Amino acid sequence: MPETKKKLLEVKGLTMDFGGLRAVDAVSLEVSTGEIVALIGPNGAGKTTFFNCVTGIYNPTKGEVLVHPPEKKTQRINGFKPNRVTTIGMARTFQNIRLFHNMTVLENVMIGRHCRTTTSIVGAIMRGASTKRQEQETIEKSYELLKKVGLVNFADEFAKNLPYGAQRRLEIARAMATDPFLLLLDEPAAGMNPQETKALDELIVRIRDTEKIAILLIEHDMKLVMNISERIYVMEYGKEIAQGTPMDIRSNPRVIEAYLGEEADA
Amino acid sequence: MLDNMKRSILVALWFVFLTFPLMVVKVNTLKNIVEWRWMNMLWVALGAFVLSIVWRWAMVRRDLKSSESDSTDDDQARPGIGQRILEDPKIFKPVLLVLAVVTLVFPLVVDIYQANIMVLALIFVVLGLGLNITVGLAGLLDLGYVAFFAVGAYTYGILNSFWGIGFWTSLPIGGLMGALFGIALGFPILRLRGDYLAIVTLGFGSIAKIVIENWEEVFNGAKGIAGIPRPGLFGLDMTIESATTYTYYLMILMVLFTIFITNRLKDSRIGRAWMALREDEIACVAMGVDMARTKLGAYAFGAFWAGLVGVIFAARNTYINPNSFTFMESALVLSIVVLGGMGSIVGVIIAALVLILMPEYLRAFAEYRMLMFGAVMVLMMIFRPEGLIANVRRKYTRSAVKTEGVNA
Repeated sequence: MPETKKKLLEVKGLTMDFGGLRAVDAVSLEVSTGEIVALIGPNGAGKTTFFNCVTGIYNPTKGEVLVHPPEKKTQRINGFKPNRVTTIGMARTFQNIRLFHNMTVLENVMIGRHCRTTTSIVGAIMRGASTKRQEQETIEKSYELLKKVGLVNFADEFAKNLPYGAQRRLEIARAMATDPFLLLLDEPAAGMNPQETKALDELIVRIRDTEKIAILLIEHDMKLVMNISERIYVMEYGKEIAQGTPMDIRSNPRVIEAYLGEEADA
Repeated sequence: MLDNMKRSILVALWFVFLTFPLMVVKVNTLKNIVEWRWMNMLWVALGAFVLSIVWRWAMVRRDLKSSESDSTDDDQARPGIGQRILEDPKIFKPVLLVLAVVTLVFPLVVDIYQANIMVLALIFVVLGLGLNITVGLAGLLDLGYVAFFAVGAYTYGILNSFWGIGFWTSLPIGGLMGALFGIALGFPILRLRGDYLAIVTLGFGSIAKIVIENWEEVFNGAKGIAGIPRPGLFGLDMTIESATTYTYYLMILMVLFTIFITNRLKDSRIGRAWMALREDEIACVAMGVDMARTKLGAYAFGAFWAGLVGVIFAARNTYINPNSFTFMESALVLSIVVLGGMGSIVGVIIAALVLILMPEYLRAFAEYRMLMFGAVMVLMMIFRPEGLIANVRRKYTRSAVKTEGVNA
């Protein structure tokens, strides 16, 4: 790839304590432009906590979370509110789907446009030309996104009525509506059947290639992870135990131990 | 059916047995004899039987309906009669026309008492619509809503009695004061949810009333403020009758104004953010919505309407005291919202009219008012938890130009 890679997200020594429990212990991670990076590890390793620290839901106890938005100044975003993190350009999805169930599919995506539009209460009441234009743009853009994830036929359906796999894709569309440069996906393939996983696999690669959005994902589906990610970080008990290309990770004894339990040498 | 009959007969017998000592046996202590009132037993049996049959029939119907919608997997397959009227322009237009004529002619054909009650009902319509924003759209339960109503009423009362400021100047000030207090209440409860939110707002409502009651110098305490002028019209002298009629039309305008504005907000970026906040706070924030600003906006905007009609309320009554702003009023407004259907404007209007007008015209049953309220609430929760008229979601259309471009 001739394009020079540029760092987007840089996490240094991130630590998160809950009382006496250290859920994440000095984890460092980097994501650059055009990359798909995976974060894996056994259940309870602290992956989702790590995500929550990066996206502002928790305020990390120690460490640095630095973002380098393209064409903008680097920012240290420790302790930023989630909405500010999203506005900077990092959007996420959730492990246990968090859609707005009693809103239509289209409206769900339109919420993602909230931070990129500016209509105020007064503007909404007056409904002037610029408000109307913004509203129409929001609708168009949301339709486009629904088309990209293949949900355009469900646009006026309530989100709660969608099948499971479609709900996951809707979450991705909603996150993409915020115009991110980095998408954080928390177990996007959880609960999907093989066909759906394959479609998701293609969708993620397509997002990276055509939308130029870098991706950081947590995933348990090893096939998906090995297929699409350039680099993999492995966590266990809150610590980072390995990092590298899929090939490295596959043969790393520490990782095998973490996943299969200690070898029967005792 | 036969099974239902059998069960209902058993229920009737059980009730006869339960109420036997109360309804049938009566000891006449003067004559030292026992009176047996057998007719009462018959009434109890019949009443219990009929009620039980109706109840069973309703339950069967409800289960049938829910299983039907499950099987077709489309909850909009059979919209209720309310929705059908709203959506079919052929029915909707004449209905609207008739309603408009009735509203316009109403104060001219009825006496001042009726018009006055109608003004009160319309005030509660606006209150319901205002609370509908906070509770129905943004999902923030508010049990102290009447405090903002009081803020509006006392704003006018105080401005008038201290500085002689008129109705029309006080009206926007009352609304703004309401919004200001909405923000003041909103700040400390930004982080609260559910039950905790309910408790704090309940407390706020009570505090407002207690402060008004005890701060003699400003609010004139429990004595209240009297001699508040009615709404003026270019300094015209009006009889009580014409003033009431005028207030009535003013309230109609007010209701239309509220509907117009809440409707616009509902279908905007702000309204969507409120709904998203109601659905899932964490997801909403993670999608870039500023939680503090959105919540405060919802509180302030809901309170704004309460403050606004508070001024009109003071002007209508010409007298205000703390007893008009008790928890009962808050509960009443909340019942209007729940009964009408969260987020539905038409539903709230119907519910407000029913809940305010019914007790007025059924004065004979005034003692059973709360009993009826409770029963209606319970029945609503069982049979129509979404309210009289469920909130219909708007469908968005793409502009024609763009769609053609995509197809080409």
